[in-house]
Amino acid sequence: MELKDRIALPPADAEKTNMTCHFCIVGCGYHVYKWPANREGGRAPGENALGLDFRKQIAPLDVCIAPTMVNQVQDKGRMYNVMIVPDRECVVNRGQASTRGGQLATVMFNATGLTEDRLKYPRLFTGGDWVDVSWDTALQVYAGVTKRILDADGPDQIMFNCFDHGGAGGGFENTWGTGKLMFSAIKTQMVRIHNRPAYNSECHATRDMGIGELNNSYEDSEVADTLIYIGANPYETQTNYFLVHALPNLQGATLSKKKTWFPGEPVEPARVIFVDPRRSPSIAIAEELGKDRVLHLQIAPGTDTALFNGLLTYVVEKGWHDPKFITAHTKGFEEALKANRMSLADCSRATGVPVDDLRKAAEWAYKPKASGHRPRSAHFYEKGIIWGNDNYRIQSALVDLVLATHNVGRRGTGVCRLGGHQEGYARPPYPGPRPAPFIDKELIQGNGKMLTVWGCNAFQTTLNAQRYRQALVQRANRVRTAMGKVRGGSVDDLVDAIYEAVSKQGGLFMATIDLYPTKFAQASHLILPAAHPGEMNLTSMSGERRMRLSERFMDPPGAAKPDCLIAADIANTIKAMYEKEGNAEMAARFAGFDWKTEEDAFNDGFRRPQGIDSQGGSTGNLVTYERLRAMGNNGVQLPVKEYKNGKLIGTEMIYSDYKFSTDDGKAHFQPAPWTGLPDKVQAQRAKYRFWINNGRTNHIWQTAYHDEHIDFRTQRYPMAPIELNPEDAAALGIASGDVVEVFNDYGSAYAMAYLEPAIGPGQSFMMFGYNNGIMGDVVTDWTDENLLPYYKGTWADIRRVGTIADYEKTVSFKSRRYA
Amino acid sequence: MTVVSRRKFLKMGGGGIAAGAAVLGSAGALARPEGEHVGRTTLPYPQQMIAKAAQMPVNQAVKFTYPDKASPCVAVKMGAPVPGGVGPGGDIVAFSTLCPHMGCVVNYDRETRNFKCPCHFSIYDGEKEGQMVIGQATTNIPSIILEYNAGDDSVRAVGVDGLIFGRQSNIL
Repeated sequence: MELKDRIALPPADAEKTNMTCHFCIVGCGYHVYKWPANREGGRAPGENALGLDFRKQIAPLDVCIAPTMVNQVQDKGRMYNVMIVPDRECVVNRGQASTRGGQLATVMFNATGLTEDRLKYPRLFTGGDWVDVSWDTALQVYAGVTKRILDADGPDQIMFNCFDHGGAGGGFENTWGTGKLMFSAIKTQMVRIHNRPAYNSECHATRDMGIGELNNSYEDSEVADTLIYIGANPYETQTNYFLVHALPNLQGATLSKKKTWFPGEPVEPARVIFVDPRRSPSIAIAEELGKDRVLHLQIAPGTDTALFNGLLTYVVEKGWHDPKFITAHTKGFEEALKANRMSLADCSRATGVPVDDLRKAAEWAYKPKASGHRPRSAHFYEKGIIWGNDNYRIQSALVDLVLATHNVGRRGTGVCRLGGHQEGYARPPYPGPRPAPFIDKELIQGNGKMLTVWGCNAFQTTLNAQRYRQALVQRANRVRTAMGKVRGGSVDDLVDAIYEAVSKQGGLFMATIDLYPTKFAQASHLILPAAHPGEMNLTSMSGERRMRLSERFMDPPGAAKPDCLIAADIANTIKAMYEKEGNAEMAARFAGFDWKTEEDAFNDGFRRPQGIDSQGGSTGNLVTYERLRAMGNNGVQLPVKEYKNGKLIGTEMIYSDYKFSTDDGKAHFQPAPWTGLPDKVQAQRAKYRFWINNGRTNHIWQTAYHDEHIDFRTQRYPMAPIELNPEDAAALGIASGDVVEVFNDYGSAYAMAYLEPAIGPGQSFMMFGYNNGIMGDVVTDWTDENLLPYYKGTWADIRRVGTIADYEKTVSFKSRRYA
Repeated sequence: MTVVSRRKFLKMGGGGIAAGAAVLGSAGALARPEGEHVGRTTLPYPQQMIAKAAQMPVNQAVKFTYPDKASPCVAVKMGAPVPGGVGPGGDIVAFSTLCPHMGCVVNYDRETRNFKCPCHFSIYDGEKEGQMVIGQATTNIPSIILEYNAGDDSVRAVGVDGLIFGRQSNIL
């Protein structure tokens, strides 16, 4: 029995570096302490690097430290202890860790620890099994197949599923490296992003209207009059943003800051409005702290657009809009108002929200204060809208309301996505059209000869996932059969066999580049091992565009490499092949990857922003690793304005100058009339009993790629939980802990029943993206005009499958609502 | 800035515990083995009498400190067998009441039989070995290892599974 009842402390001289949490978009700052494994610090304050007195009990809130924050790692072949603890000086988290960031040390590679399954060497599926191969062999196979297809069939037959963000998979270095390979060298448009079936934005509408989706700072949540969360569950998914910046405003702890920032303006503790069909854990917490200042608009599924249109109409009727701002800085108001017009009575009928609550919401958020000052309302949305009923339409309706009431460009306002993962986009322009090709559909229909799956796993995170998985496995198996017949052959022989299978037998060659042997990797033919933050230097930015450098402090496992350097290896191998056959033109296309380090990739992309798409904007050249390192865990908010007196000066709020991101500099209203549910979704709704709402829980990050190796996580959720209304469950003979099947016309998913009184009759909530029980299996293939899925628009039937005794015995089924 | 200030937290923590608590006999440390760490892989936990099982009321928080006075704990007799439970009914469990996230005192909620943290809203299930139901810690709440002696009906604390908040080692 291991009690885990003590930890090693860093000695006073331990090496100390900075790390931004790999996981959610909030981007909490951490310090990494590293020291030789044969030493440890003492308990007296002068004897440990934390400077704390461990000879006595440390007081609450004075530290955030746990056994999960220590591990043993290797650096340059030597064994070290590491401790990764939240940074008290970081303005983002102020010393707090969430349940995800608090396990950063745990997820670092330890050859005999929980992460022992990390990929260490390239692997090739040959002779019916996986074997380790050298990088040289792996690159020859990858480059050989790529070149063969490129020469014979053109770039559209070479497809990618690729990350496009920051954090663990991504960062400015790696999005640049992969982007340059895909878009400049191979020149393929056949790329999809990690959680959706095409190369698109989750925020096309707001961008088209001239408003980038990350336009304010976390501090704005401290000074807003009203916080509006739409289809968002910030306690579980943007934890320390909610705990450290938003809740203190609800509790009145930021009144002095409000008074200082807004002299002469009446201020109160914040009011909070949640728009969500489900009473989420975030709502329960906010209500616990101030029920009379919290309003939950429990809309019917998919009716957000009706809600915003009703509010817009009412607000304008009452004269609470801002005609001066509308005239000076926007266009299209009258057309949008006309198209979106909806009475409160109609709005109430569509959304199911009582008229009184609609009026109350409008008053809280948009009615000018008695003093005449306009209220400062900050609007935050996430997957309820992004994966909602017509992403483009809902977002347009929301931003129309925000623009009419002048809730951009002023402190304490904004219309922002809350975000999932860290950001870190810098790529050459996407070479395809908008809407982009529906890659999943192309692959299912037999198109595409090669697919590279890079730092993502659509088997768990796409729509219509069962059909997708089955089609790809079937196509991949044709190639496996062909590869198994090559015995004693050269790499060229293997490439010949692969090409034969993909060009004549409908096969699909699949290569996966990842940290772990994921489900997708296991179905593929070639696996390349990648590195993550800590094993490489990596820059990313947060939900308030705060850019930091996470510093390397340890070796990656085995021969694993940063993604940007893998991209460079691939490009350089293909380039050499073209040079060998004297094709200078193609060799030139694959040139420009002579990077030795990730910093070289950073300097090539982020620091040369002209002509590329970069979240750093046109001033990326001002940022260097050295300058960022000096800025520590507080970094700089992009875009950088200048470098002065040894400091990078950034931008706290976008659009405070009212120069919007459009050709004419004005913000553009967009008509977004309410049109109900899409026919395809309505057909499922008519046929099946349960609404399968879905999303995240705070325990599990993304596809559980780390979490599935960690007992604390898997003991909590051995299978994807589905919250069910207790009376519905009783009628079906289902008890908590039972395994249930969720099924409809699209597929079948298994889940662990979790009875929850907060779930309404006929509704449910299933954890998305998990490795055991995949919600995407029952999602329709309907998308909006830009190919954004409607993951939330799923209806299905549910039946009891059986009982796993251990689930009932070991898993807690207590309500996840605080009260 | 944290959600709850230090001063406010202390008020909440104190009030919460007092509300549902019944303080039964705690005889203090019986024996704390001497000796150095060399030759051992376990900490020298004291054995400490917590209560007589028959005298423990069902679903009431019984306060005690363990392994020393700076570490508040609670024992609960659940009234039906639970994982990790000791005593004649297999229903007595005990936990550190310092939240393993940042050390705020968790309150025992008799209605749900959960331990709830007022600072960052973590919830731990008293009937499932302190499993974190939702919240911000990275471990379950530390369990106090109990032993039951049928001879004198005593429940004793003999160790701690998990690191008590704010310590390098559970034994100061």
